[in-house]
Amino acid sequence: MAVATTTKTGARPSRSGRRPSVPAWVGTVPFFAYVAVFLLLPTGIVVVDALKNPNGSWAFSNISELGNPLVRGYFIGSLKLCLLSSVSGAVFGAILAYAVASGNPDGVVRRLYISASGVLAQFGGVTLAFAFLVLIGPVGLLFHASWYYDFPWGIGLIYTYFQIPLMVLVFLPAIDGLKVQWREASENLGSSAWQYWRYVGGPLLAPAFLGATLLLFANALSAFATIQAWENQIAYIVPQQISTALSSEVGLSNVNVADLLALGMVILVAIVMTGYALLQRRAARWLR
Amino acid sequence: MAAVTSLGETPIAPPARRPRGMQARRRRRLNAFRYVVFTVFGLFFILPLLAMARFSLEGATLGSWSLSGWRQIASYQNTGIPPLLSAIEITLELAVITCVVTLVLLVPTMIWIRLRVQWLARTVEFLCLLPLTIPAIVLVVGLGPIYNRIQHYSLSALMLFWVYVILALPYAYRALAAGLSAIDVTTLAEAARSLGASWFSVIVRVIAPNMWQAILNALLLTAALVLGEFTIAYLLLYTNLQEELYAISRNTPNASVVFSTSTAALLFAFALLLILSYVGRRRRGRG
Repeated sequence: MAVATTTKTGARPSRSGRRPSVPAWVGTVPFFAYVAVFLLLPTGIVVVDALKNPNGSWAFSNISELGNPLVRGYFIGSLKLCLLSSVSGAVFGAILAYAVASGNPDGVVRRLYISASGVLAQFGGVTLAFAFLVLIGPVGLLFHASWYYDFPWGIGLIYTYFQIPLMVLVFLPAIDGLKVQWREASENLGSSAWQYWRYVGGPLLAPAFLGATLLLFANALSAFATIQAWENQIAYIVPQQISTALSSEVGLSNVNVADLLALGMVILVAIVMTGYALLQRRAARWLR
Repeated sequence: MAAVTSLGETPIAPPARRPRGMQARRRRRLNAFRYVVFTVFGLFFILPLLAMARFSLEGATLGSWSLSGWRQIASYQNTGIPPLLSAIEITLELAVITCVVTLVLLVPTMIWIRLRVQWLARTVEFLCLLPLTIPAIVLVVGLGPIYNRIQHYSLSALMLFWVYVILALPYAYRALAAGLSAIDVTTLAEAARSLGASWFSVIVRVIAPNMWQAILNALLLTAALVLGEFTIAYLLLYTNLQEELYAISRNTPNASVVFSTSTAALLFAFALLLILSYVGRRRRGRG
């Protein structure tokens, strides 16, 4: 048997003639089947159901319900929270990333902050809301922030806790990509630190910064657990209203509310992520 | 300038030194800036965790110390919700099942694509990263009908693993892709094949052992993800750890057991992810 196959290279299909050869792509069928059932099918169901009435007939006019003042309110709430947490997360994250990047590249501090960022960027959800509740909530250990339950400020602060580390992870490679020679060249031409950042560093980092901000925006948009554990009586943002709509069929009577809101979110995320991809490509031009 | 020279990106000769005084001043200013930033952000990140740890040690009256919150983890039960320990068990089992299914689904597929069906590589990458852009809450809405069907056969919360595998795909994919690109898959496969190995042993006994660190990374990320998942369990009306904590805190706000369990779960997840960053660093260091 060994003799029969020694002449064949591993990368080629072995046509030993012992059995009819099966096309190689058959090996990927389990993966595609799984993804089709648990990823593509649910997404398809959302899109189709959003365009149907509860009684099953097509109703493309449902889309116009996204302009309904009630629905619009949740999207505005989502936008407020996402804007606040992504912009503040991006600004503070960029500052932290710069502080990390300007240190020793093999130093303990850098390693510590990168590891911690990897951990904390994942740490959202119920436990994060608990942690802030006991820090600055009504019985807070540090102090009681009277704005703790204000939307979007209280929850926005909680969101920055996982947005800043994500920004560090995403933005650090861009800062590392700033070449020493650019700084030296501008200094040799007599520029001040401000001029360097205004005319060289800033413009170079701008696409990467904006792209990272959009990524943070999408990240905040899909977060649900944190805000649900923070305040579950009032629905401020789209995911909360989807949750309410799923558990109680009230609201816009002739529309599949949850599906429609979900479709709206998919559209929003698609726009944001397209922008992110475009900016990433732009950023890659200089920062290699 | 000192800021950027220390990055050591470029192989060219170091530039001529600037006047000593100026560089020293800039370095001092930069260092002051860095220490302030590190302190402020360090406090911001550590304080909520400390507060939670402190609350987990709270006794019956405010300000007292007690271990009861930690002792209650094993026995806590509240009316109307399943016991805490069962939720912990379910979550750990879910983590194991999800890890196994993710690996069984992804590792052979990715190796196979690398070796035999390169033209599918882009499609698979796109599909694997897609869950990053489809919010879990959207997925839940579409999963409703599918889980109705699943619940005909089993009501167990373990059935959540079907969708958790999807959530884990992007993280597992990126970890595995990094591992695969670090080894010469084609040569290994050709060598094994020419010695008479079947495709099964090429994948399981030759290539997979060569990327065990990437596999470990994928495992840890997947486990961490399952431990922290709330949205899908909550909306499909299953009870996992996060949902249980949420339910307890709704029933009895400020129950110290909530904070002790949260702290324990967090420490566990941190440990997993720190192992990961250690393993990842070692691989980069060697390669």
